[in-house]
Amino acid sequence: MNESIGKQSIRFGTPPVISGASSTVGPKESDGPLSAYFDEKVEDATFGQDSWEKGESEMVRRTVLHAIQKANRKQNDVKYIYGGDLNGQLIGTTFGIKDLNIPVFGLYGACSTCGEALSLAAMTVAAGYAEHVIAVASSHYGSAEKQFRFPLEYGNQRPLSATWTVTGCGAFLISNPTPENSNKPHISAVTTGKIVDYGIKDSFNMGASMAPAAADAIFQNFADLDVRPEYYDKIITGDLGKIGQEILIKLLYQQGYDISSQHTDCGLMIYDNEAQDTHSGGSGCGCSAATLAGYILKQVEDGIWKRVLFVPTGALLSTVSFNEGQTIPGIAHCVVIENGEL
Amino acid sequence: MDKKMSNESYNEYVTNVTPKHNLTMNCLHAFITGGIICTIGEAITQLMIQVFSFSKDDAASYTSMFLVLLSVILTGFNLYKKIAKWGGAGALVPITGFANSVAAPTIEYQKEGEVFGKGVKVFTIAGPVILFGIFTSWIVGLIYYILTLTGIF
Repeated sequence: MNESIGKQSIRFGTPPVISGASSTVGPKESDGPLSAYFDEKVEDATFGQDSWEKGESEMVRRTVLHAIQKANRKQNDVKYIYGGDLNGQLIGTTFGIKDLNIPVFGLYGACSTCGEALSLAAMTVAAGYAEHVIAVASSHYGSAEKQFRFPLEYGNQRPLSATWTVTGCGAFLISNPTPENSNKPHISAVTTGKIVDYGIKDSFNMGASMAPAAADAIFQNFADLDVRPEYYDKIITGDLGKIGQEILIKLLYQQGYDISSQHTDCGLMIYDNEAQDTHSGGSGCGCSAATLAGYILKQVEDGIWKRVLFVPTGALLSTVSFNEGQTIPGIAHCVVIENGEL
Repeated sequence: MDKKMSNESYNEYVTNVTPKHNLTMNCLHAFITGGIICTIGEAITQLMIQVFSFSKDDAASYTSMFLVLLSVILTGFNLYKKIAKWGGAGALVPITGFANSVAAPTIEYQKEGEVFGKGVKVFTIAGPVILFGIFTSWIVGLIYYILTLTGIF
């Protein structure tokens, strides 16, 4: 039986299965350390389209279809899509899936969208409202820079705390458990994060604005599930980067949890910061989504990691809120992903 | 999680753990980059005056135009960005930086159309420079006018 536990968590009685997952990335990610793990790598960041935004939509469309195909399912089998991206009014997702004829819930959780989509998809399947649901999240360096910072050709110096938006998409088919998919990773619990604001105003230091939210969500996950960090083989945040990682470990240490041996960050795995000049690391919805779909799920499926706490992190700002002098609150969602045998 | 840190102390802590660019190295890079750009400009000016017998004013105008053209071409090939990354303010302050800030949005926004793309967005970065530049020159002109009335000039 499904169980609402603690303040912010749900433990699934029959954990929904990630029956298919697909990742698509752009050229810079293809040159990174995780290159071998991604399903599709493109050299042309416009994906054959004439703008960054259309390119992002094409990436979303391909990734969703590939995830369904990898699970040996058809479009018609999918009851809902939960998805989102970083563009205003979610145009990356909308125009990518508009022709798929699948009912959709559009989500915005900044770079935490992957966790939000996975949580809702798992809840929908576990509650018996659907047999197959897609969760998808994407980001694109070109469209994100254009919207949040400067045109790509503009010359300026990025601070060392800045992160690099990943051109990438991860799509997941969340399904009811069956004998055929019993070897696939499943989602056993979720902890939904609160908005946490420590008053950071520097939009080039997203790691610092999100780290308190990640610490809060992870702390709550430990409390709700009544576990210690050792319960997990890995605790993987979305895009905190180098600085955010240092802060997160310190904040949780102050609360009595040492996660330094379990913790890693998708933003630190997807690029080689020194060689690829990405400063603090990768960021964006696609950073955690593509890393999960490509790399993390493979490790879980192969049993290298038996249980992983996946924590995508988001910085909740817009250019308007930033220009009007508002702070940058953070959010993070925990998804517990386990090997099929657990 | 119990909030243990105040926003002020958190911000202070974050400032301490956030690495910064090396100020001395940045100044040195800016000095070299800005110096090279200005030397190119001076070379063009001297060439025009001494070889082609331009007046000093005409030579200065043509030099500006040439540097702008050079910057726009480098922007089009996405090379100016690399110069600015290394040279910082040394690449941003000269007229070439201004040209880059106009050319970059024009390239980026051309997909949104002639009027609402290029037309509206062309001065997104340079706009404040133009507005406050003109405003400042108006104030200077006003002061100059008052000084001429009072007979100081």
